[in-house]
Amino acid sequence: MKIRNYWNLRDFGAKIWEKSNRFQRVVIALVAIFLVGLLPFAGNGILATPISAYDAVLVYPVAIFVLMALGLNIVVGKSGMLDLGYVAFFAIGAYTMALMGTLTGVNTWEIMPFGIAFAMIAGVLLGLPTLRVRGDYLAIVTLGFGEIVRLVVLNSTWSKGPNGIANIPLPPSIGPLEFDLFNQKVFFWVTMIMILLTIWMIRRLSVRRPGRAWEAIRQDEDAAELMGIPTLKYKIWSFTLGAAIGGAAGVLYASKNLYIAPEMFTLNVSVLILACVVLGGIGNIWGVVVGATIIGYLPERIRFISDARLLVFGIVLVIVMNFRPDGLLPRKKREKAIVKKGVNK
Amino acid sequence: MFAVLIDQFWSLTIAGIALGFIYVLVSLGYTMVYGVLRMINFANSEIFMWGTFGAVISNRDLFNYTQTSEPATGFKLLVVLFTGLLISMFVAALTAVFVEFVAYRRLRMRGTNRLATLISAIGVSIALAEVMRLLTDSRPVGSPRVLEKIILTDVWGANIRLDTVITIIAAAVIYFILERFIKLSRMGKAIRAVSQNEDAAKLMGVNLNRVITVTFLIGGLATGAAGFFYITVFEFTKFNVGFTMGLAAFTAAVLGGIGNIRGAFWGGLSLGLLEVYASAVLGTQWKAVTVFVVLVLVLLFKPNGLFGEAVQQTRA
Repeated sequence: MKIRNYWNLRDFGAKIWEKSNRFQRVVIALVAIFLVGLLPFAGNGILATPISAYDAVLVYPVAIFVLMALGLNIVVGKSGMLDLGYVAFFAIGAYTMALMGTLTGVNTWEIMPFGIAFAMIAGVLLGLPTLRVRGDYLAIVTLGFGEIVRLVVLNSTWSKGPNGIANIPLPPSIGPLEFDLFNQKVFFWVTMIMILLTIWMIRRLSVRRPGRAWEAIRQDEDAAELMGIPTLKYKIWSFTLGAAIGGAAGVLYASKNLYIAPEMFTLNVSVLILACVVLGGIGNIWGVVVGATIIGYLPERIRFISDARLLVFGIVLVIVMNFRPDGLLPRKKREKAIVKKGVNK
Repeated sequence: MFAVLIDQFWSLTIAGIALGFIYVLVSLGYTMVYGVLRMINFANSEIFMWGTFGAVISNRDLFNYTQTSEPATGFKLLVVLFTGLLISMFVAALTAVFVEFVAYRRLRMRGTNRLATLISAIGVSIALAEVMRLLTDSRPVGSPRVLEKIILTDVWGANIRLDTVITIIAAAVIYFILERFIKLSRMGKAIRAVSQNEDAAKLMGVNLNRVITVTFLIGGLATGAAGFFYITVFEFTKFNVGFTMGLAAFTAAVLGGIGNIRGAFWGGLSLGLLEVYASAVLGTQWKAVTVFVVLVLVLLFKPNGLFGEAVQQTRA
């Protein structure tokens, strides 16, 4: 029994956290943030990625995947709606950045609110009619929406179609920190700050009314409705918040990559982000962070088996899901919905 | 804008029906699995893709046809087509049973959450596609022409080609056989019982594991047949050919009412026609958008599909 407690990393971490007082918590958090912030300098040892540049890999896929997975986790993990078109919001953010950045002289930080706003508007527009349908149907509607956004971008002239948009400006430097295509440490730190803000926001929300409403909706929507929770309103909120984070990630990605094209926003991205959430542990923030890190990083790390890396990735997904169906770091048992057979039918 | 549609209405219709029947067979794979498991079989697109390769192997390696050799005629043509069909169906059915065994069985026995099963199916799907990509070196694989595309007759200005006729007739026959099997046979009854109420079916002595395996098997057979017809009409395949087909066939299944076999039939046919008409009116690049917009509209106003009976609301 004792061994199992140590093997269970989530409870181990939670115990340390609960035992410490406010000062110790601040110290732990600062040390952790500092250590993660040092990650871009650790590229020479065992962490090195053989073919792609290490600091670039840390920004995209790893950090941006973590950000997007946290956003998707609000939708899938917190309120239990299966969204397979998350890439649409990412694409909307990215194209907002690309179009505004190349056509007007506005810089990345000024575009960011627009990207977020457009993604949120899309979220509301999609959410209002579709969040009435449930389960697998919702999955298909969102999947369809993701494909529609990609195809519209692919076939329109304002988006330069399949050629994509090039020469997107880099973000302006913040004080002494300059953004550089060949040295992406600053990008990593900026993304990290956005991740921290997101985590802070989710943690605050989940102990307040919206978080509890989402939890109730996830466990039993009909019961939640009967208890007087305006379920549609909270579902749209959850959807829109997820969209906002996706949009922010998109703006950052376009500004980092300097070039975007429709083929970067396929269904595969949605599926990968969903895989991050489920692999790490649906609904648990730290689980999602771990899952997204693994899914972003693993294929780059194993590039030496370059051709077969996606194959290995698929097999890993199957194995992990079969042996740890609740993810690597699942949420606490008391938060789990009743998943016994027959109850949810 | 509509001139093309009016000009070529009948030839478009025939092409649409042929495409529609391919969709019917693939969406049978989705709909059957959804019926018993209440879950999207994400790997069905890969099952289809493996089925198309079964047809290529039969034409190219078993009968040694090449790109330059004469197409078969007469009795030999029948033998070649029939063998190809059987091999495609066999390969796809084998893949389907494999998918069930690897991705679904263990998780189903433990009765865990549905998302885990979905991700596990996605994992198998990625792995199956990747294996084929590595085997074919990411290149498209052409199938030698075994069936000469003779124009049989002209109906109202539309050419009726041999391959479309064979596809339509054979697909209709296969659909009919499968539908009768599910309606009349003992196993079919068991499948329908499980899809209505799993627990009650178990209490009545239905062997759940066997029913689920057979369901995947039948879905695989239908999908594999679709793969063969796809090769007959389009004559090439690639490791990612399943993706578009899977998406479209799934749309067809939802359009008709997923979990409902008749629904797959009408959904597939209407989607095939819709796609062909839409690409004539708006241009080929917009056909997928039209299909999805229609799907979203159908789900909004008739969430159980056009021809579906009321499906219980399930949750993710």
